[in-house]
Amino acid sequence: MSILPALPIIIPLVTAAVSVMLWRWVGAQKVLAIIGSLGLLWATVALLLRVDSHGIMVLQVGNWPAPFGVSFVADRFGSIMAVLAAVTGVATMCYSPGSVDSRRQAMLYYPLVNVLLAGVCGAFLTGDIFNLYVWFEVLLMSSFVLLALGGERAQLEGAIKYVTLNLVSSALFLIAVGILYGAVGTLNMADIAVKVRSAPEPGLITAVAVLFMVAFGIKAAVFPLFFWLPSSYHTPPFAVSAIFAGLLTKVGVYALIRVFTTIFTHDTDYTHTILMIIAGLTMVTGVLGAAAQMEFRRVLSFHIISQIGYMVMGLALFTPLALAGSIFYIIHHIIVKANLFFIAGIVHRIRGTSDLKVAGLRGVYETSPLTCVLFFIAAMSLAGVPPLSGFFAKLILIRAGLETESYVIVAVAIVVGLLTLFSMAKIWAEAFWKSPGEDGVESVGVPTMPPTKMMLAVSAVLALGTVLIGIFAGEVFGLAQRTAEELLDANRYIRAVLGEAP
Amino acid sequence: MDLLFAIIAGVLFASGVYMMLRRSIMKLLMGLVLIGHAANIAIFTAGGLTRARAALIADDATTLDAGTADPLPQALILTAIVISFGVLVFAMVLVSRAWSAVGDDDTDSFTGTDR
Repeated sequence: MSILPALPIIIPLVTAAVSVMLWRWVGAQKVLAIIGSLGLLWATVALLLRVDSHGIMVLQVGNWPAPFGVSFVADRFGSIMAVLAAVTGVATMCYSPGSVDSRRQAMLYYPLVNVLLAGVCGAFLTGDIFNLYVWFEVLLMSSFVLLALGGERAQLEGAIKYVTLNLVSSALFLIAVGILYGAVGTLNMADIAVKVRSAPEPGLITAVAVLFMVAFGIKAAVFPLFFWLPSSYHTPPFAVSAIFAGLLTKVGVYALIRVFTTIFTHDTDYTHTILMIIAGLTMVTGVLGAAAQMEFRRVLSFHIISQIGYMVMGLALFTPLALAGSIFYIIHHIIVKANLFFIAGIVHRIRGTSDLKVAGLRGVYETSPLTCVLFFIAAMSLAGVPPLSGFFAKLILIRAGLETESYVIVAVAIVVGLLTLFSMAKIWAEAFWKSPGEDGVESVGVPTMPPTKMMLAVSAVLALGTVLIGIFAGEVFGLAQRTAEELLDANRYIRAVLGEAP
Repeated sequence: MDLLFAIIAGVLFASGVYMMLRRSIMKLLMGLVLIGHAANIAIFTAGGLTRARAALIADDATTLDAGTADPLPQALILTAIVISFGVLVFAMVLVSRAWSAVGDDDTDSFTGTDR
């Protein structure tokens, strides 16, 4: 039994522990954080390559055979998510020195981000539903502290909403786990999947499924449970916003896809219809909310919500092509969304503000043309302009929708794509394009600095990433398709975890 | 017995939601605590209430004999209690810091980030 499936959890935890020991030496913590996240990237890529060629890897912790012990299960979906977590981790660690002030860095910023990464990877790789709850708590706890770290008034206000909603979601998750255990008598996800099929009371299982949907829906910020997101994500430092925007809601989406493909497929007419309605409303409300905003990060925050709708749409259509579309969308979204927040941070550093109504923000084009190009690539990708990654992600989902004749959701997806372009054009016009000379420039009164080379490099690499996903869309789509097939064939997952018996 | 515990969990849940809907952040915190307790009682009840013996394996046996309580829900609740304890301590500090930053405990004063 290889230890590889546990490495993406062990590496960040060890890095965090060593960084805490070095708490006086922030410089050493910075270097260690970058080394640690590169190590994580190596481990997750090795895991993905191995899983893609040799099939699902299972690690029974403490050699307790499933379903009695806790299993770590790396299938293609979990491994892809872990790789994306590692990519975001490396980017954030490299970007942070230029974005997070030294006061926050001295308050154990780097160990906290590492613990967050460990929690996220743990959630992606565990095969036990209660263990999933524990990893959720690990990542939530570190995200609470990261959000409030620094103690500015806006941060504390945002943190109260974020903490409250997430604790409610955790309580619902816990109750759902308890009732599910009462109904099927096991916590191992593969074993649950077997027992749910022959459960004596399918009505109870459906009720539990909806409880899980609400709990994960709050974490994924779907309609109507998203209100905590736009009121908290724009308050912390930009590096923190970026890793939250890239990863945290996607953990919720991951959990939704995991339980509604592997476990709760007994009544798809009911559960997946609800998911479909949620997906449509999430897309529309997110994009309309963004249209009304005039703050760089709040616009982007509302766009996270509308993009979550696309991912849920793929799950709701529940065909191999649609799920592959969801997975492609997640790959594209994590990279592009984190990058947009990184670019917002660069603009803030250049101009000292993120408020699009302030004239002092204008004309970034003249000051830093490179930032302008990077924003253009990321924004066009988000809106789904070919040949960037967002185009193919939307294309696959729309194609899948047409194949199942779900014309309403397809229409919604297309219109929302256009409105996304409108919002991006608004940021483009206000921050980059308008000449600072128009209607008089006043200084914002905040000392401004040019962005560090490292910040620009991080953003450039991620922008290159979205271009490359667009160019090699065939390869990425192939991987997404294999992943979707694996997800829809729950028996493969079950056989890998429980052995040949069932 | 099941019915009694179900009612207790329900009452705790209802009180928690009621407290969260009040306008004070301190009461919001109380509400969160009550909902956490409701969740624990719900697991305890769903796991099967019984008057059976504790789950200890006798000296001369290698497996549990029939008629013992299921220890797993208890382990789950213990884990959940430990986690909620840590989260609660954090939330208390957060509420106290937010109160001193905003100067008010009315939740209507906490809308600065929503505009």
